[in-house]
Amino acid sequence: MRRFSFHPCGNYREKYAQELTIFETDYGRICMGIFLLLFFFAAPFIVSPYMLYVLNTIGIAAIAAIGLNILVGYTGQISLGHGAFFGVGAYAAAILATRLGIGFYFAIPAAGIITALVGMVFGIPSGRLKGLYLTIATLAGQFIIEYVLVHWDSLTKGTMGITIPAAKIFNWEIAGDRAFFFLIFVSLVLMTWFAVNIMRSKYGRAFIAIRDNDRAAEGMGIPIFKYKLLSFAISSFYAGFAGALWAYYMVSITAEPFNLSLSVEYIAMVIIGGMGNIPGAIFGATFITLLNEFLRYITGLLMNIGVITSSGLNMAPLREFVFGLAIVLFILLEPRGLAELWRIIRSSFRLWPFSY
Amino acid sequence: MDFFLQLLVNGVCVGLLYGISAMGFVMIFKSSSVLNFAHGELLALGAFFFLALITWVKLPILIAFILTLIGCFILGFIIERFFLRPLIGEKLIFVIMLTVGLAAMFKGFILLIWGGNLHTYPEFLPETMSLQWGSIYIAPVYTATLVISVLFLVLFGLFFKKSSQGIYMRSVADNQKAALSLGVHVRRVFALSWAIAALVASMSGIVLGIINGVNVHDLSSIGLKVFPVVILGGLDSIGGAIIGGIIIGLLETFTGGYLSPSLRDVVPYIVLVFILLIKPYGLFGLVEIERV
Repeated sequence: MRRFSFHPCGNYREKYAQELTIFETDYGRICMGIFLLLFFFAAPFIVSPYMLYVLNTIGIAAIAAIGLNILVGYTGQISLGHGAFFGVGAYAAAILATRLGIGFYFAIPAAGIITALVGMVFGIPSGRLKGLYLTIATLAGQFIIEYVLVHWDSLTKGTMGITIPAAKIFNWEIAGDRAFFFLIFVSLVLMTWFAVNIMRSKYGRAFIAIRDNDRAAEGMGIPIFKYKLLSFAISSFYAGFAGALWAYYMVSITAEPFNLSLSVEYIAMVIIGGMGNIPGAIFGATFITLLNEFLRYITGLLMNIGVITSSGLNMAPLREFVFGLAIVLFILLEPRGLAELWRIIRSSFRLWPFSY
Repeated sequence: MDFFLQLLVNGVCVGLLYGISAMGFVMIFKSSSVLNFAHGELLALGAFFFLALITWVKLPILIAFILTLIGCFILGFIIERFFLRPLIGEKLIFVIMLTVGLAAMFKGFILLIWGGNLHTYPEFLPETMSLQWGSIYIAPVYTATLVISVLFLVLFGLFFKKSSQGIYMRSVADNQKAALSLGVHVRRVFALSWAIAALVASMSGIVLGIINGVNVHDLSSIGLKVFPVVILGGLDSIGGAIIGGIIIGLLETFTGGYLSPSLRDVVPYIVLVFILLIKPYGLFGLVEIERV
């Protein structure tokens, strides 16, 4: 058996493969294993139902944010349509489940694949456009998808919304926060594993090359249009998968939540978490979801204070203000996001207490 | 036929509004290549500031108008100095997301103070400004819009052609490094362009407020409708903004009149995708040549 490495006192890498390892030390690997064990076997049984709901929302948001991070952080294509793709996934799962009666274990991945195809259609402009022109094209995509979701009555039932049958596997019904906790977080772990590994492959390297300089990447023999479409497809697959999970979790869906502000929220997750960093997307999703819940709590609290209630001041917009402020402050003060803060904290522990 | 003519006139009027709303946006993009997602909120800030001055402080219309313009000019300076300047040279997505964050902040601020309801200005435009030809009627506000937009086009034309600051702004837009090395104060140009853009935005916000009433949600959605307009006209062409605005306005009113009212709001974006695919630099935009 090879020796465990816990705390190397220098950089002893000799091969490229060593640079590519996910965990630099076995210490990190063991910590991750313990964390996952604790998380799966303790967390769902000790936290309150409300916290479990928050955790589940975080998990769903994290899957979608990882997808967007592949597109924005790794491939450098800014998309303002991620919220709409999330909605496409939710509707695809709902329609597959109600019209065709397909079980959730098939409907959720199928919804992801349908969304990937839709994402590729809206990725076609990336063949000619880049930078801010592409951003505007995806913005148009957001509005067009939103319109279709609301107005294609025969398929999406318009403003009525769709109620989804319970997720069922061999007579065993997945219902309640705890059952969904396992469904969501097992998916999240698998999706994270896939994302981390695809970034170490030829595809991931091509994405990064396109982000850094697409002309140069093309000159080096990377078919950039193909890879941009692939990136759109993978990213939309994640969004669609997350949307489908969300649809099952929420039981009934309408087109209302899948608007531009949802897309903005996902980009905020990617930026606040750290662009081009898979764990960063999870941090970002956690931060934004917790911020939302916290602000909801605070505004609810403020509404009940006598002075504010009697003055008729509506405190709900405070959420929007603080949300904007958080984005602005992160961009101005720590553009590399929470992942960078996490790295700084870890590396200061590495040499602790003799940091100089 | 009358219906057609009335739609035509309405379309041009709405289009002119889009055009003048887009002018400020183009100003910012032209000098600093910042895509301003907070433009709708800038319109709203101007409109609400004016509302506060005439309803709470009860100033005469003209003084309130001038004070609003001055206030927004200063606001533009402040936005550039504290939020955009640290990001010069940063990646595009940070700049875009910063303006998105600013938009959320402004919107939250306006909603906190004025709420999401519809407010209206007291009537102050004389009815004599309205035009009537046969069955076609043009409301006084639209006449005012026409006058204002032509006035501003001429003013901007002169500003960019004749004044030294205007020439600096054009030089920065053309080549930032060359302008810097020839002694143009690039940072001042950025600040000035934000200030002027905020001023123009507040003015168009007021005009929009006179027509549709002042409502944050409506005004900020106009800020997003600016995108099809400027892409059609060319992102860096002020005249193009007006023409793009008129085309989009006509398209909207004709779709609303003949096809379906619900399609009206999404048509500009469908057109936008096609323009981007066929002619990404718009009708009057400068084609960027890129080298590795």
